[in-house]
Amino acid sequence: MEAMKETVEESLREMRETFASGRTRSLKWRKAQIGAIYEMVKDNEDKICNALFQDLGKHSTEAFRDELGVVLRTATVAINCLDKWAVPKHSKLPLLFYPAKGKVISEPYGTVLVLSSWNFPISLSLDPLIGAIAAGNTVLLKSSELSPNASAFLAKTIPAYLDTKAIKVIEGGPDVATILLQHQWDKIFFTGSPKIGRIIMAAAAQHLTPVTLELGGKCPTIVDHLTISKNIKSVVKRIAGGKWGSCNGQACISVDYVLIEKSFAPTLIDMLKPTIKSFFGEIPKESGCLSRIANKQHVRRLSRLLSDPRVQASIVYGGSIDEDKLYVEPTILLDPPLDSEIMNEEIFGPILPIITVRDIQESIGIINTKPKPLAIYAFTNDENLKTRILSETSSGSVTFNDVMIQYMCDALPFGGVGESGIGRYHGKYSFDCFSHEKAIMEGSLGMDLEARYPPWNNFKLTFIRLAFREAYFKLILLMLGLKR
Amino acid sequence: MAAKKVFGSAEASNLVTELRRSFDDGVTRGYEWRVTQLKKLMIICDNHEPEIVAALRDDLGKPELESSVYEVSLLRNSIKLALKQLKNWMAPEKAKTSLTTFPASAEIVSEPLGVVLVISAWNYPFLLSIDPVIGAISAGNAVVLKPSELAPASSALLTKLLEQYLDPSAVRVVEGAVTETSALLEQKWDKIFYTGSSKIGRVIMAAAAKHLTPVVLELGGKSPVVVDSDTDLKVTVRRIIVGKWGCNNGQACISPDYILTTKEYAPKLIDAMKLELEKFYGKNPIESKDMSRIVNSNHFDRLSKLLDEKEVSDKIVYGGEKDRENLKIAPTILLDVPLDSLIMSEEIFGPLLPILTLNNLEESFDVIRSRPKPLAAYLFTHNKKLKERFAATVSAGGIVVNDIAVHLALHTLPFGGVGESGMGAYHGKFSFDAFSHKKAVLYRSLFGDSAVRYPPYSRGKLRLLKALVDSNIFDLFKVLLGLA
Repeated sequence: MEAMKETVEESLREMRETFASGRTRSLKWRKAQIGAIYEMVKDNEDKICNALFQDLGKHSTEAFRDELGVVLRTATVAINCLDKWAVPKHSKLPLLFYPAKGKVISEPYGTVLVLSSWNFPISLSLDPLIGAIAAGNTVLLKSSELSPNASAFLAKTIPAYLDTKAIKVIEGGPDVATILLQHQWDKIFFTGSPKIGRIIMAAAAQHLTPVTLELGGKCPTIVDHLTISKNIKSVVKRIAGGKWGSCNGQACISVDYVLIEKSFAPTLIDMLKPTIKSFFGEIPKESGCLSRIANKQHVRRLSRLLSDPRVQASIVYGGSIDEDKLYVEPTILLDPPLDSEIMNEEIFGPILPIITVRDIQESIGIINTKPKPLAIYAFTNDENLKTRILSETSSGSVTFNDVMIQYMCDALPFGGVGESGIGRYHGKYSFDCFSHEKAIMEGSLGMDLEARYPPWNNFKLTFIRLAFREAYFKLILLMLGLKR
Repeated sequence: MAAKKVFGSAEASNLVTELRRSFDDGVTRGYEWRVTQLKKLMIICDNHEPEIVAALRDDLGKPELESSVYEVSLLRNSIKLALKQLKNWMAPEKAKTSLTTFPASAEIVSEPLGVVLVISAWNYPFLLSIDPVIGAISAGNAVVLKPSELAPASSALLTKLLEQYLDPSAVRVVEGAVTETSALLEQKWDKIFYTGSSKIGRVIMAAAAKHLTPVVLELGGKSPVVVDSDTDLKVTVRRIIVGKWGCNNGQACISPDYILTTKEYAPKLIDAMKLELEKFYGKNPIESKDMSRIVNSNHFDRLSKLLDEKEVSDKIVYGGEKDRENLKIAPTILLDVPLDSLIMSEEIFGPLLPILTLNNLEESFDVIRSRPKPLAAYLFTHNKKLKERFAATVSAGGIVVNDIAVHLALHTLPFGGVGESGMGAYHGKFSFDAFSHKKAVLYRSLFGDSAVRYPPYSRGKLRLLKALVDSNIFDLFKVLLGLA
């Protein structure tokens, strides 16, 4: 640990020195670094897919769709848009201040810390990294020890492609994170659980370090079967894809549970079963298309969630567990009790509770009994229901008639609210996330108003009052002696 | 005399519960309610200015002009702007979508965070209480205001006026000190807005971390003024004087804290300052009624200590008189105090102005950069290159060239700190945004589904995905037509 402490201190010292040298301010440098990340991913597609397969049993297509492709796209967008993003924004100033000028420039915070997660270890490391670099910061990335192959790949390969004096990678677990958090950073970006998010923010508070926390929650999926019945097949496919098709339910925006009217639940279940089979075959464990559970700890956690006898009784599909193979079968529950543990913590796994309601409108009430999630999904064509969902619930985002795909939309900010997080990124929001918006006002030494200076008298007071009201006409009258 | 009502954890908890119920009932969401509250705040400004001025005179000895202009007028403008723009601010913002999420439309919806806490400061007790409350109400939140106990007359008047005019089911004031503030900080808020010192800022953020509550911290720092010889000396000096002693007698977060200039120019600068100081405040400035007094004996003693330090007391070149009974310290200028003296180690927040001389002005950048980032940094010069370098390389909440403090009044510029001087920003639309959650909304169609999204995964699917991710139309068509 002593060695690690020294490594951290030395890294910080070097990154701060590099930042102070001004090298990272150059847009050319930033684009070159981001270009290098692009090259790194393109050159090492096989290695990366292999690492993800080793860590999570992730299929290479899924790996490309959810991680490599995302990073390539993020890098492309950043390089193409950086010039635009970095342009100062000019502000209009009131006439009173003429000829003063105002603008806002985005400046890098300085030396920032990115703490990544294990479920999408490549994209959740490189996406924030690209944002931090685009904004001109020096960055230290700590990848998750729970995805050791991906972490090792990043630790080994990033130094080969990027400016090592400005961008560094550290591997390790909570003990390394603890050492990192004792130091002062100019910004901390964390992806993970709300529990650890609190610890990060508390540590950041000691140094007044601003944070972005991308956390999680139970992302509900409302299925208004009456208004989408024509497309029910698509709906079922999307829900199944959103649950089991992306890291097997272990994503912050995974479909956590479904809300549907009681009468339709059996149909939904009957359609989900063959859909799962069409995705993963008769024996999902052997399909090669279903990611594994992260580790034995998480398998035991999921097992515990299922162990409640009332929850056991609600299993209508699946339920088998193979701890050694880190496998939990795609499982569907029908109406587990709302006060069961599985309905009160983020599942983060391949278990899908279906909660039935008498009227789909009741979904909103149920959603609101839980902390604000990262995403709410709703399959409906009922405009009134859409409006109600938007105005009566709160979440990081709302997606109608699909799941997960909001992640790919750069024009939308990606982040949580309440328990699901603080701050946001993606696209230009990533650039902003790692920038301080500095206001710049330039006044003129030429035009000076006596009324600004003491000693005070009634004339000056009236003048200034009118000036603030922008009552220019009255102001002129005052100056001409025509107003008292 | 009635016994003071206890406000502890139980009372704080009940208060939050009550306000949360109002918020959940939708009391604060509608445009009408927000407009009504804002108009009531305007009535307070219009009908109660004399009482406000009187309270400020009691608490701070603040001259009428300062109270009228820097507290009431600024608030009036802030309310006026909110009333004029609220519909715009509340409207959803359309976002651009791309080929990957086609067909889809996206928007960003502003929603209130819920129940928020505003903790105000003593130096501009009305401005710093009501301005954030304007933001909170505009954004549709329920709000609790805790004014500073160090300005008791203002605190009492704020309580009386807000209770008289605003909707008590959603807007409340809690008076008090450490006990009451601690009780409030134990609760779960949806946002905390704090104005005050960096030391307490840490405490606030640490408390917020327990509930993952996002914060805006408007703190302070030592705002430097760099004075170039290539400037208009008279205008420069007048603006520094009124920005320092004319704004609550140096007790403002963006007060010019110390001056940096060349050894050569310093004597001219000091002579000009002495001349203008006498014009503004007479031969005996300590007796001038045109300056606020020191807020209380604690701060008086603190400032005394700064002046009395060995190696500092002999550097006084103007002023230095003290009157503890009346809590007055004369405008005091010091020349070349040691860099490690107390007066150069903490935010002065008073009528003392050290001038540090350098061999050449370039050195000022290093001096500023070696210190914590301030809320504001000022530069007086005609030199365009110097202005550009200053704006680009000095990090501060905001930069003002050729003036002091006025950027506070500009609603088109974000007002906030960075590093030790704070996080987050407000004023104008930035206030509305500070108290809003920007919810991402994606509308997708149930048509146009791509098999590429779902398992089982295959080479063809991988190729197609790659094309979609690159949003490269030609590759995409090739793949669809089976030509690649």
